[in-house]
Amino acid sequence: MTSSVSDDPVAVGRKKLAVFKFASCDGCQLSLLSCEDELPALAEQIDISFFLEASSRIGTGPWDIALVEGSITTPEDEQRIRSVRRQAATVVTIGACATAGGIQSLRNWADHDEFLRCVYARPEFISTLASSTAVADHIPVDYELRGCPVDRYQLLSVLRDLIRGRTVRLPRHSVCLDCKRRGTVCVEVAQGIPCLGPVTHTGCGALCPAFNRGCYGCFGPSAQANTGSLIRTLAEGGLPEARRVALFRSFNAAAPEFRIDERAARSDIGSSGTGRGELS
Amino acid sequence: MPNQVPECTDAPAVPPAAEWFLPRDSLQALIECLQEDGYTVIGPVVDQEAITYQVISSVDDLPRGWTEEQSAGRYRLVRRDDEALFGYTVGPHSWKAFLFPPQVTVARADRSSDGRWEMTTPEETVPRHAFLGVRACELAAIAVQDRVFLEGPWVDPVYQARRREVFIVAVHCTQAASTCFCTSMGTGPECRTGFDLALTELEDGFVIQGGSDAGHEILERLDVAVAAPSQSAAAGSARRQAERQIRRHLDTNGLRDLLLNSLDDSQWDAVAGRCLSCTNCTMVCPTCFCSTVTDVPDLSGDHVKRERSWDSCFNVDFSRMSGGVIRNDVRSRYRQWLTHKLASWHDQFGQSGCVGCGRCITWCPPGIDLTEEVAAIRSHQEPIP
Amino acid sequence: MTATGMVHPWQCRNARVRSVHCEAPDVMTLELVMDDPAAAPPYRFEPGQFNMLYVPGVGEAAISISGDPSDTSSLLHTVRAVGNVTRFLTNMTAGSCLGIRGPLGVGWPLSQCDGKDILLVAGGIGLAPLRPVVSALLADRHRYGHISLLVGARTPKDLLYRREWSAWQKDIDVQVTVDRADDGWNGHVGVVTTLLDRLPVSRPEQTVLMTCGPEVMMWYSIRAALDRGVRSSAVWLSLERHMNCGVGLCGHCQLGPELLCRDGPVVPFDRVAPFLKVDSL
Repeated sequence: MTSSVSDDPVAVGRKKLAVFKFASCDGCQLSLLSCEDELPALAEQIDISFFLEASSRIGTGPWDIALVEGSITTPEDEQRIRSVRRQAATVVTIGACATAGGIQSLRNWADHDEFLRCVYARPEFISTLASSTAVADHIPVDYELRGCPVDRYQLLSVLRDLIRGRTVRLPRHSVCLDCKRRGTVCVEVAQGIPCLGPVTHTGCGALCPAFNRGCYGCFGPSAQANTGSLIRTLAEGGLPEARRVALFRSFNAAAPEFRIDERAARSDIGSSGTGRGELS
Repeated sequence: MPNQVPECTDAPAVPPAAEWFLPRDSLQALIECLQEDGYTVIGPVVDQEAITYQVISSVDDLPRGWTEEQSAGRYRLVRRDDEALFGYTVGPHSWKAFLFPPQVTVARADRSSDGRWEMTTPEETVPRHAFLGVRACELAAIAVQDRVFLEGPWVDPVYQARRREVFIVAVHCTQAASTCFCTSMGTGPECRTGFDLALTELEDGFVIQGGSDAGHEILERLDVAVAAPSQSAAAGSARRQAERQIRRHLDTNGLRDLLLNSLDDSQWDAVAGRCLSCTNCTMVCPTCFCSTVTDVPDLSGDHVKRERSWDSCFNVDFSRMSGGVIRNDVRSRYRQWLTHKLASWHDQFGQSGCVGCGRCITWCPPGIDLTEEVAAIRSHQEPIP
Repeated sequence: MTATGMVHPWQCRNARVRSVHCEAPDVMTLELVMDDPAAAPPYRFEPGQFNMLYVPGVGEAAISISGDPSDTSSLLHTVRAVGNVTRFLTNMTAGSCLGIRGPLGVGWPLSQCDGKDILLVAGGIGLAPLRPVVSALLADRHRYGHISLLVGARTPKDLLYRREWSAWQKDIDVQVTVDRADDGWNGHVGVVTTLLDRLPVSRPEQTVLMTCGPEVMMWYSIRAALDRGVRSSAVWLSLERHMNCGVGLCGHCQLGPELLCRDGPVVPFDRVAPFLKVDSL
């Protein structure tokens, strides 16, 4: 059945975009640059005013949309992110560093001063914070786009929605749903491979389990992740505490739901029970 | 728009129980018969350390000599000490993936060069599938989804197109997993209806029954003999063995009212401590039918696919409205799933949504067992004196 | 149509906006006409039914039909901008195009209202699905007893269809209240149940209550009506949940045993009473 109507164009003004980098590997900005097919069309719809990784043009604020990559790790970062917030109508953080503190947040569990002494001949010249934190710990953030790196199609769809003035709605379910949609058999249940899929945010298309390895949580915690229950399950499955800790200590180690030091302690005391009665 | 009268999908009643014997070597001939008739045969295959359902080309693809061990939150493929082809129970996949695809385009909108939108629904060429190895609980699950997708006021065209092309070769269970409870749900382990052919595997071959005209027509083309009394007896005994092995039990007595009168039970809080809300139970469930249609525009925005994907009541955003999320905690989502499956399904579709296959128990990473949850709720509501 | 001749549940009909009327801040009434009236049977709906309105690339929203059921030439939908689709819809202008699936769902029990007194209680945008009831009642006024329409809104600016009240008031009793008055308001102030409490209900056992609005408003209105002797079996309400397919196939719109797109949105109170006050159901 076919039926036709005439066009109904959406009037949209050309919005101004800036891309900022903090402590990060630049991989998320590269994801945007990797959209080679889509970038020309994007550039028509949006004014890319400030994107040092792509262009030497240094446009000035205010901006309609600021994409922020990287975590906050220096006193200077703390000031600069506030300045970004003041000049941007919509702030979107992109990637595990910006949304959770990144792999560099492993320093949060270590002695920062000792690191400085070991690595630098003149540590007094170094000005860093003792912790690596998410952007949202410092300023209000409008949208968080997770992943290490972000999914570029998700990034494009967010930009498309923002260009058209729509509310951005990103799915928030666990990786498990994506595994099942693509027919991947659960690696944890069928093989005992530790997998963070049940508590990890969708976005990768359930890549790792499809290649017979457990999810390592690079998209951070899914909405209302019940990390405590997963940790008890892993413990019952015989995974030693050190490995449980290591499983969560990666790109999103500092995401509140993934801070396993606190969680592990909680799971050792008599919690709400597992319903299985015994530890294997 | 008028409401639709569902098409009759009932298979013909099973004729008087005529049993035939198909020698082991002739199973390949059955597969070839189906292939000659234009069917793509889907059957059990060892893949990803499990027995899954995939396209097969010959008996060599079948899981010869394999079985599995299942318990709450655990599945392991293990070797049998014989060459059985169907010596397993049910695995991570179900047939619903072939009738109700995980992802399918249900409609399109295309803006033509003069700026007009054309809104269309695709006329698909659907595959003709023959399912080989459908268990009794799975036949029941297909019947449950038939009720949902074909027998309500609206018919789902995606399901209908696939369903009417399906040829079903059922296989009677001759063993049970620890997670099976089909006997509680009245769905098995014996296949009684809803198949074209049904096999019981014996050491040297299969006792085979026809369940429809199409099945009998295939039987006539196979090298079968009337089953000897000893063969029929051996098949009956093998089927009874499966029933004897079933240990798990779900008390369905008054279950609908019990659950709908227990919406404030403390057990929902207890299970929320364990439930990951990961959606696994709903995805492996052969009857769960929830889905979401989303618009997927191309970059130009001129071509929009309306894609339907499996969704789940355990997905936080499944109950999102403009004012917020209705079921915004794990407790309410688990309650929604269990009460829908075992209670309100009766109101909506006139039967239980559970067929007792046990997949939700096995494939739940923390091993939540719905039979235990129901028993706990029952003990709260009906304290033992 | 599909090969089997059935209507494909996801097939949209093309429609366009003939006119737009601003009702309240963020609330617009769209008058729609089918693009191909000749190719399809005239559009008929039952008061209380809804349409899925589709904007390609943005999505669909379930919107109740708010016009006169006897008018087959155009369709009215009153839309409040609360999400991407509804924001898009409220920004439409004459000539804008969209898709329609419907009418869907179960409407109000008008066939059970002969000879009865009728009490309609609407809160905010909840008046939209009740306006077709008003039209239908007015068209056959002699068939019914006393008719009262109680309308509540947050502020006078949020009151819908004010231009039509004077016509309605010739035949039925219309009473209006707002939660917060503004400078020009000299009507009643307070929640809608305060109107109900003062209303003379002379034949409670012969009175039918139909209500639509925020669930808490409906709950207290129903309680108040039951306290006045209205029978619970004569109470009907229109409920809202997220609707995705609109035809009972996707599972989104459940409230306990109800699939609201299929079994509702209008449901008898007795059927849903045990579930209305259950948290997060």
